[in-house]
Amino acid sequence: MRTSGMTPRRKALIAGALAASLSVAAAAQDDTQKEIERYRQLLAEGNPADLWEARGEVLWKARRGPKNASLERCDLGLGPGVVKGAFAQMPRYFADTDRVQDLESRIVTCMVSVQGFSPEEAMKNPFSAPERPSDMEALASYVAGASRGMKLAAPLSHPKEIEAFRIGEQLFHRRAGPYDFACVSCHGENGKRIRRQDLPKLDDPKDAQKIFTTWPAYRVSQGTVRTMQHRLYDCYWQMRHPQLDYVSEASIDLMVYMAKYANGGTINAPGLKR
Amino acid sequence: MADPMRIRAAMDRGKVDIKVLMAHEMETGQRKDAQGKIVPAHFIRNVTVTHAGRTVLAAQWGTSVSRNPFLHFRFSGGKPGEKVSITWLDNKGETRTDEATISG
Amino acid sequence: MLAWAMAAGLIKPSQALALEWNKAAFETKSVPDTLKALGASGSTESGGVQITAPDIAENGAVVPISVESALAKTQAIAILIEKNPNTLSADFDIPAGTDPFISTRVKMAETSNIYALVLADGKYFHAVKEIKVTIGGCGG
Repeated sequence: MRTSGMTPRRKALIAGALAASLSVAAAAQDDTQKEIERYRQLLAEGNPADLWEARGEVLWKARRGPKNASLERCDLGLGPGVVKGAFAQMPRYFADTDRVQDLESRIVTCMVSVQGFSPEEAMKNPFSAPERPSDMEALASYVAGASRGMKLAAPLSHPKEIEAFRIGEQLFHRRAGPYDFACVSCHGENGKRIRRQDLPKLDDPKDAQKIFTTWPAYRVSQGTVRTMQHRLYDCYWQMRHPQLDYVSEASIDLMVYMAKYANGGTINAPGLKR
Repeated sequence: MADPMRIRAAMDRGKVDIKVLMAHEMETGQRKDAQGKIVPAHFIRNVTVTHAGRTVLAAQWGTSVSRNPFLHFRFSGGKPGEKVSITWLDNKGETRTDEATISG
Repeated sequence: MLAWAMAAGLIKPSQALALEWNKAAFETKSVPDTLKALGASGSTESGGVQITAPDIAENGAVVPISVESALAKTQAIAILIEKNPNTLSADFDIPAGTDPFISTRVKMAETSNIYALVLADGKYFHAVKEIKVTIGGCGG
């Protein structure tokens, strides 16, 4: 008399059928993924971010602000006026401000010190809206584009850079908010996705080197270039954490943390994304 | 005045290969703003490309061409150093013309 | 001609534009109506019209589409998107000497058939391709 209907043979059959259907489902997902890759490839020629890069160059070289000066004297870390390669070494410590800075906070610093804007003026419109284009998105595109093809080499040697890394690591892992989310909730495992969006494991160089280096990027869903500051701001919003302030220390600490794993990746910015 | 187009005009297997990115919002007239008001349609209606006084492409567009439109096409009869001119005209009567030199 | 004249300052932009824009065609809301407005109601499906586009578009706001015609004396190429609020997306005149090839990006409201319509030697031909439009995730 059998007490259960599940013979070993039946179990094996069911397991086999399950495996087969799962692999069909997986194959279907792979096909979908391949098609989406193809979609992205077809979009790659003619990135609208080109338009932002061009506008950024004009803005960079224009005499503006109370001092009627151009940003061409801005020191992005490689000396005044050196734009090429500067983005590849960010974020980093700057002696003149005695702090670690990312691309956008450094552009703000230069708009203030070189052009005479007040900090409020310089940070007035970091994220564009349909009728309100952001100069910062254009400037960031231009500076990032000047490091295209170079390997990311954000330094991690100065005590403040190391401190930023440690805080960034804490922030990355700290669960909070009504969803009890941290960055690591979405970006802490390989092979995860949300709906059709693949999620990179941001402390795995394999993923980080390919993803971190594509910001800033034209986001087709936003119809504009978005920067790394916007990406982090948006992540905090999606996690329902309190607002991540523009160019805050916290935002830069997170970037220092991520940059460590992304170092060595080839910069392909401004990129093109959904 | 609208931002300049980015034009790549290059010889490719004996033909002039043109890739152009235009800066235009291509507003469909169906989107609502934050106050719930319809954002009026604002889109490129006509694109004309000329070379050596000849029209090599003429297009009529509707609102469903993507924002910041991209266009790629090819024509024969051009040589490096010669100029190609691209003009767009939108439904508000705004217009923009940019030129590019064909590279080898 | 007009562009040159405008650039040279000979014609003010407001004067210049007697450029044709087929309002009726751009306001049709079905493929048969669009074909009718374009005088293409007798269009036949043809393997000589090639659509290159992804099967799946990650974002319907930007869908890359290329159309290439192998038909002799191709004079025009048009792109129709069946389920869009207005079917006709773009209409290209192809003068002699220009390749019968167009690549651009269009908006798709939802998963839909795309029609590439070609006028060749006075007759209309078309090809159809379905493109699925996905909902995306978070946009990394």
